[in-house]
Amino acid sequence: MLSFITRRLLLGILTIFGVILITFILVRVIPSDPAAQWVGGRATPKQVEAAREELGLDKPIYVQFEHYIKDLLKGNLGYSLMTHQPVYEELKKRFPATLELVFISCIIALLIGIPLGLISAKDKNSWIDHFSRFFSIGAISIPTFWLALVLQLIFFMILGLLPSGGQLSMKIKLFQNVPHITGFIFLDSLITGNFAILKDFLKHLILPAICVGAYTIGLVARMTRSALLEILSEDYIKAARSYGLPERLILYSYALKNSLGPTTTAVTLAMGYALMNTFLVESVFSWPGIGKYIADAVVCLDYPVIMGVTIFAACAYILLNLIADIIISLDPRVKL
Amino acid sequence: MSNYFEIKDLKINFETSEGIKNVININELDLHKGETFGIVGESGSGKSVLAMSILRILPSPPAFIKSGKIMFKGKNLLELKEKEIQKIRGKEISMIFQDPRSTLNPVFTVGQQIINVIRYNKFLTKKDAEKEALRMIKLVKLPDAKNTLHKYPNELSGGERQRIIIAIALSCGAELLIADEPTRNLDVTIQAGILKLINELKEELEITVLFIANNVNLVFIVSGRVAVLYKGKIIEIGTSQEIREEPIHPYTRGLLGIVSPAEREIKNLTEANLKEGIKAENSICPFFYECEERIEICKKISPTLTKVNNGHWVSCHRVIDREVDNESTSISH
Amino acid sequence: MSKKSNYYNILIKRRLETLKEYLYLLKQNKLTFAALIIILFLIIIAIIAPIIVPFPSHIYGAVNPQDKLLSPSWTYLFGTDEMGRDLFSRVLYGTRISLLGSLIAVAMGLLIGVPLGLMAGFYGGFIDEFVMRIVDMFLSFPPLLLAMAIAAFLGPSLQNAIIALIVSWWPWYTRLIRGQVVSIKEREFVRAAHAIGTPSWQIMYKHILPNCISPVIVQASMDLGGIILTLAALSFLGLGAQAPIPEWGLIVNTSRTYFLKAWWYGIFPGMAIFIAVLCFNLLGDGLREVLDPKTKKY
Repeated sequence: MLSFITRRLLLGILTIFGVILITFILVRVIPSDPAAQWVGGRATPKQVEAAREELGLDKPIYVQFEHYIKDLLKGNLGYSLMTHQPVYEELKKRFPATLELVFISCIIALLIGIPLGLISAKDKNSWIDHFSRFFSIGAISIPTFWLALVLQLIFFMILGLLPSGGQLSMKIKLFQNVPHITGFIFLDSLITGNFAILKDFLKHLILPAICVGAYTIGLVARMTRSALLEILSEDYIKAARSYGLPERLILYSYALKNSLGPTTTAVTLAMGYALMNTFLVESVFSWPGIGKYIADAVVCLDYPVIMGVTIFAACAYILLNLIADIIISLDPRVKL
Repeated sequence: MSNYFEIKDLKINFETSEGIKNVININELDLHKGETFGIVGESGSGKSVLAMSILRILPSPPAFIKSGKIMFKGKNLLELKEKEIQKIRGKEISMIFQDPRSTLNPVFTVGQQIINVIRYNKFLTKKDAEKEALRMIKLVKLPDAKNTLHKYPNELSGGERQRIIIAIALSCGAELLIADEPTRNLDVTIQAGILKLINELKEELEITVLFIANNVNLVFIVSGRVAVLYKGKIIEIGTSQEIREEPIHPYTRGLLGIVSPAEREIKNLTEANLKEGIKAENSICPFFYECEERIEICKKISPTLTKVNNGHWVSCHRVIDREVDNESTSISH
Repeated sequence: MSKKSNYYNILIKRRLETLKEYLYLLKQNKLTFAALIIILFLIIIAIIAPIIVPFPSHIYGAVNPQDKLLSPSWTYLFGTDEMGRDLFSRVLYGTRISLLGSLIAVAMGLLIGVPLGLMAGFYGGFIDEFVMRIVDMFLSFPPLLLAMAIAAFLGPSLQNAIIALIVSWWPWYTRLIRGQVVSIKEREFVRAAHAIGTPSWQIMYKHILPNCISPVIVQASMDLGGIILTLAALSFLGLGAQAPIPEWGLIVNTSRTYFLKAWWYGIFPGMAIFIAVLCFNLLGDGLREVLDPKTKKY
C-alpha cells in the first residue's frame, strides 16, 4: 500500500511538472512581449526594460525555465499589477474564504445528489426517477453566473430576504469581534458559540452556495445513478436476491459498497467544477475569495495574478485527484 | 400431477424493440420430491428465464409473466406477495447460477457473504452464523475452511467459487435447488467435481434438484427425468434412459447427434390431438423451419405433448405409436 | 444488376433500417425528441437570423440614446440596453455566434483528438505513452481553468476563446477513443484484417473507428452544449467575445452594471444559454440511451 502511495505521489509530482511546463509556455512563450505583459500596460519603457532583465528574457529558453521553476519553488508568484502585493500572500489571504464556500457547497451537494441518484436508480422509470433526471440535467445546464444574478434578483431585490453579497454584514463586522481561530468563519463561530455571527454568515452563504453547488448536485446525481444502475444489473445482485436477502440490505450494503470507485470519481470531479464555479460566482456576490481575485485580475489583465491562481488551482486539483486515487485503491478488486 | 412442484400453463413475454416476444410457453411440468429433474435446451430456449421465474427474480421490465401457475407445496408462487416469496427464497427454494465469477460480490469476502445469508435467513447471532458458515464450507469439501472465509472472490479459483456458491445456496435448509447451468463456465475436469458434489449433497441433505443445462449428455448423466426445451416450449419429456434410447422428436435426435433413419412410420393423428392443435395459439410447429422431417401438417398445427409410452411424452406430429393412451391427456406416471 | 451495385443497395438498405430503428427508439423518449426539435429550431433561427431580426442595425453598433434601458415592450421584446439597442435582436443574433462557435470548437476538437486517440491506442508503445502523457497533463487542470488561462494570455477575443476551448477540449476525446481502441484492438476481426494485409490506416478508420464512435457521439453532442456554456462563461469574465459582439455571456456581463435599473437586461440572454445547453444535454442523454448497448433492452 505504501509503495502505491509513493508511486502515486511521484506521478502527481510529474503531473505538476507538466502543469508548470504548460503555464511556462503560457507566460513566456505565447505572449508577444512577456516583459511588457508582466509589468502591465501602464508601465514606462524603462520599467519594461527592467522587467526584461529581471525575467531574464534575453537568456535561452531552458535557462528561463530554470529560473521560473526556482521562483515557483521559492513561492515567488510575482507581484499583482494592481495592488503591487506579492501574489502568494494575497492568495494565502483569500484562499480560506473560497475553501469554506466550496467545501460547504460540496457537502450539501453530496447530501442531496447521492440520495437522489440512489432513489433514481432503485426505482428506475418511476415518476421520481424522471423528475430527478430532468432536475439533474437542468442543474448541469444552467449557466452558473446567470443563476447567481437571477437569485440575487429574486432574493435580494424583489424579496429582500437575503443580502446581496459579502461574507458578513456591516453591522456584524463593525460591532462584533469576529473570532479567528481556524480562519473559517463557520467553524470559528461554532467553536466560540457565537450564533449571531453564524446565522449572519449562513444568510450570506446560502445564495453563493446554491450557485456553486447547482452543477455539482446534477453531476453527482447523474453519476451515482448510472453507476448504481450498472451495479444493480450485475449477477451478484440477482444472486443475493435469490438467497432471500432483503432489498434494503442489497441496495445499501451490497450495491453501494461496489460504487466506491465511481462515487469517488464523481465527488472529485464535482469539487473541481465547484472550484471553477467560484470564479464565476464570487464576484457577483462579492465573496472575498480567490474566485473574485482572479475575476478582477482578468478584467484588468493582471497577468501575475492570473498565473498565480491558475497554478494554485491546478495543484489543488491534482492533490484532490491523488487523494481520490488512494481512496479508490482501497477497493479489494484493485490490484496494487 | 405432482403435489410437490408443478408448473401449469406458464406464459412469459418479453418486451423487445421489435415488439412483444413470447419466451416461455409451458403447459405442464412437474417435479417429484427427491428427484433430479433435468432441462435441456440451447441458448435462447428460455432456460434461465424459466429458472428465474420460479423464484420471481426476473427483471420486470422487460419480462412479464402473462399467465400461469407455479405450485410449490400447494402455494402458487406467482401469486405470493414480495415478503412471502422472500421467505421462500434461500430457505425453501434456492438457486445457483452459471458464472461463478460474477455471482459473488467482489467487494465482500466469501465469509461475509455466507454469513450474511445465514444471519438474515436464520436470525442467528454473528458467532453462530460463523460456525454455520464453516460447517457449510466443509460440507462442500473446500479445504482450509477457516482461511477461506477471509478470502475475496477474486482470490479463489472458478471451481472453488462455485463450491462457495453452492454452500451459500444450501446454507439455510433449502429443499429444492435450481441449478442453472452450474458447470458451464468451468473446465471439464472441475465440472465433474461439481456434479459429484451436487449429487452427494442431494443424497445427504435430501433435496430435489432441477438441473438446467445445454449439454445434453451432462443432463442425462445427472438427471432421472429430463425435459427438452425448445424456444420456450417443452417438446419432449421422459426418463433420461427412455429419451436416450429412443429419442423421438427430431430436435432431440439432433441434440443427441442421431441421424434420422430414412423410413419412419407416420402416425395417424388422433382426434384429440387435432382438436388440441387447432385450439393452440401458434399455428405452426416452433421447430418447423429447422426440422428435416417436417410434413404438411406441421405448418398448419402446432403439436402438443402426446403420450408415447409410460412417462415418455413428445410434441411432434410424426410420433411412432406404441401404446397410445387415448383417454389420458395429462402427464403423469 | 452488377454485383457491386447490388452490394451497395443492400448496404444502403441496412443503413436505412438501423437509422429507422434509432429514430424509433429516439422518438420513444419524448423529452429527447422535444430537445431535438428545439435544437433544430435554434439552428434555423441562427441561419435566418440576419433576415428575421427586427433591428439589424442594433446588433453591433448603432447607438440609440433616446431609447436606452427600456423595459420589454411590443417593439422591444426583450427591452433595450444602455446604448438603446434592441436586446431581442442582439440575443437572436447571438444564437449564430454561440452555435457556430460551439460547432467549430467541437469539430476541431474531434479532428485533433480522435486521430490522436486512434493512433495512440492502435500503435501503443512509445506513441501511446507520449500522447497519453500530454493528454494527462492537459486533463490535470480543472475544467475551464486551462481555457481561461489560454484565453487570457492569447489576448481576450472571441476567436482566441474558441482556440482556447479547442486546446482544452481535444484531450477528452483522445482519452475516450484511446480507451475504446485498446479494448477493440484485441478482437478477432481486427486481427483478421491485419492478417490479410489491410493497411493500418484502413484498419483504424474502417474497422476500429465505427465500433467505438458511439460514446464519442454522445460526448460530442453534450459538449456542444458544454462549450456554449463555457464560451459564455469566458465572455462573462471578459476573456471571450468583446463588445460590441452580441455574445450571450457578454451581454449578461454587461447587464451587471445596470442590474438595479434594468433587471430584464441579463435575464433573456442567460435564459437563451440555459435553453440551448439544456437541449443539447437532453439530446446527448437520449443518444446515450439509444446507443449504449448495455442499457439496451433485450
